[in-house]
Amino acid sequence: MSESNASATRITPGNALRPEDIAASGVKPTGAVGEYALRLGDDALILAQRLGWWISRAPELEEDVALGNIALDQIGHARSFLTYAGHAWDKTEDDLAYFRGEDEFRSAHLVEQPNGDFARTIARQLVISQYQYDLYSRLVNSADATLAAIAAKAVKEVDYHRDHARQWVLRLALGTDESRRRMIEGILLTWPYVGELFEDDELVTSLDGVAVKPSSLRASFDAEIEALFSEAELEVPDVPASVGGGRQGRHSEHLGYILAEMQVLAREHPGATW
Amino acid sequence: MTTATDTPQDLTAEQEQFDRLIAEDSRIEPRDWMPEAYRKTLTRQISQHAHSEIIGMQPEANWITRAPSLKRKAILMAKVQDEAGHGLYLYSAAETLGTTRDSMMADLIAGKARYSSIFNYPARTWADMGAIGWLVDGAAIANQVPLCRASYGPYGRAMVRICKEESFHQRQGFEILLELSNGTPAQKQMAQDAVNRWYAPSLMMFGPPDEDSPNSQQSMAWNIKRFSNDELRSRFVGMIVEQVKTLGLTLPDDQIRYNDATGRWEHGPLDWNEFKEVLAGRGPCNAQRMERRREAHDGGAWVREAAAAYAAKQAAKRADQRDMTVKAA
Repeated sequence: MSESNASATRITPGNALRPEDIAASGVKPTGAVGEYALRLGDDALILAQRLGWWISRAPELEEDVALGNIALDQIGHARSFLTYAGHAWDKTEDDLAYFRGEDEFRSAHLVEQPNGDFARTIARQLVISQYQYDLYSRLVNSADATLAAIAAKAVKEVDYHRDHARQWVLRLALGTDESRRRMIEGILLTWPYVGELFEDDELVTSLDGVAVKPSSLRASFDAEIEALFSEAELEVPDVPASVGGGRQGRHSEHLGYILAEMQVLAREHPGATW
Repeated sequence: MTTATDTPQDLTAEQEQFDRLIAEDSRIEPRDWMPEAYRKTLTRQISQHAHSEIIGMQPEANWITRAPSLKRKAILMAKVQDEAGHGLYLYSAAETLGTTRDSMMADLIAGKARYSSIFNYPARTWADMGAIGWLVDGAAIANQVPLCRASYGPYGRAMVRICKEESFHQRQGFEILLELSNGTPAQKQMAQDAVNRWYAPSLMMFGPPDEDSPNSQQSMAWNIKRFSNDELRSRFVGMIVEQVKTLGLTLPDDQIRYNDATGRWEHGPLDWNEFKEVLAGRGPCNAQRMERRREAHDGGAWVREAAAAYAAKQAAKRADQRDMTVKAA
């Protein structure tokens, strides 16, 4: 095994891949791979930040647990991706999470969108979980062993997230008149941000065999959504796509508030450990 | 299994059977006959405990979005999520006594049911995550470990799992404080301030002094409660007085001492008026905690209705399909 594709992971009890293992491995990605890992990590981090808000506010205790679990999985993925990305520039996961400015983040606009009501959160979950599921399913074959190992753990978890979202789409769409109205509204508000997820750019094109080309995931996404919506008696809305730009650091207005809240304490005490 | 009947003679036999099980320190199970007062006491205690877990999520959830490192954020999320899980086991245990979760939740929302007063104090700083874990969860463990042997089976069994998780919670709280105490002067100050604020409220979690706790005697006779409020409080003081030294912090009480004659730890006076005020709803966060719970509950009603409607439609569909199959056959 050559140096460049040596696994950053070691086998820990229960085969769990922990961010600490990645940190200990010292495997250093190239700047381009680091950039790519940032995108994956930032999506997971901002989504976790949004979902974490629901804990203690969900419509049912079981959903406090479920949304909490999903947020926790996403934080785990974010920690792994950011730890690995950070190695490219000698930074830690926390340096990246807490001490980057807005335009240095690489998250997609979709995950920055407000939680709204439960239906809107579920609509966002449906889109992101299907996208992440298809993405990680392919990333397990990446020539970069660390990305592949993170994806191998994440894909199993994201499969549950997808199942959770799909079940709720059916319940809400086919439940009561009110839930159906809200589900349709949630989808309508979410759909402008779908397109950005599937855009290719120079970075992913240059990482052939390492990164998954977003455009290659679109067909599977559309087929899965279409099948689900047909069962849920929903339609894919015909709404104009938002411009996007998150991968280049051009974000929605929401991200500034998300970061202000997330980073406030860490920035009040620069250099402190917790 | 005993069958409930009306004749006084049988009632006496059932009461005797119940008394015998208690005297043997055996377990009472949901289908066993039990005195109404025993059922009522347990329902109240278990549902209050469940409500405390649910309301107790709030002060900590307050810091999830601001946790100062990703690892701490993950740990805090897992902890608050555990608390929702504890609420679920406890509501289930209470349901075995014949009260539904919906009705217990309705009582909480209506302000008819109580929860632990401690959660009506604000979690102002990150160090409060440490102090709540160390002191509040620590006091909860001291209270709850003996409840693993409570005479009512489903309660005792729920407590076994809860106590295991609580001991993780306490350790993570201790670790937060230790890290802060060994950190910058501002971090250490934050940790000391949090310990100062949570010390007395955590001692009051054990309930009023024994002489003012009229229900305790009966609970002890029924093997629900194993030790008195003051006994448990004294043990807890003995525990934290040592641990605080490792933390490099102090407790805001210069009257803590071990009494050789009684074999108990003693502490300075507690403000029981404040305890009563908070219990009566006049604490710093009572209104806020109830508002949040009401908002989540009322705001989520349409989701629960949708889930129920969908389940009913699916069940009807399955029944139709069965009918068709039968007719076709």
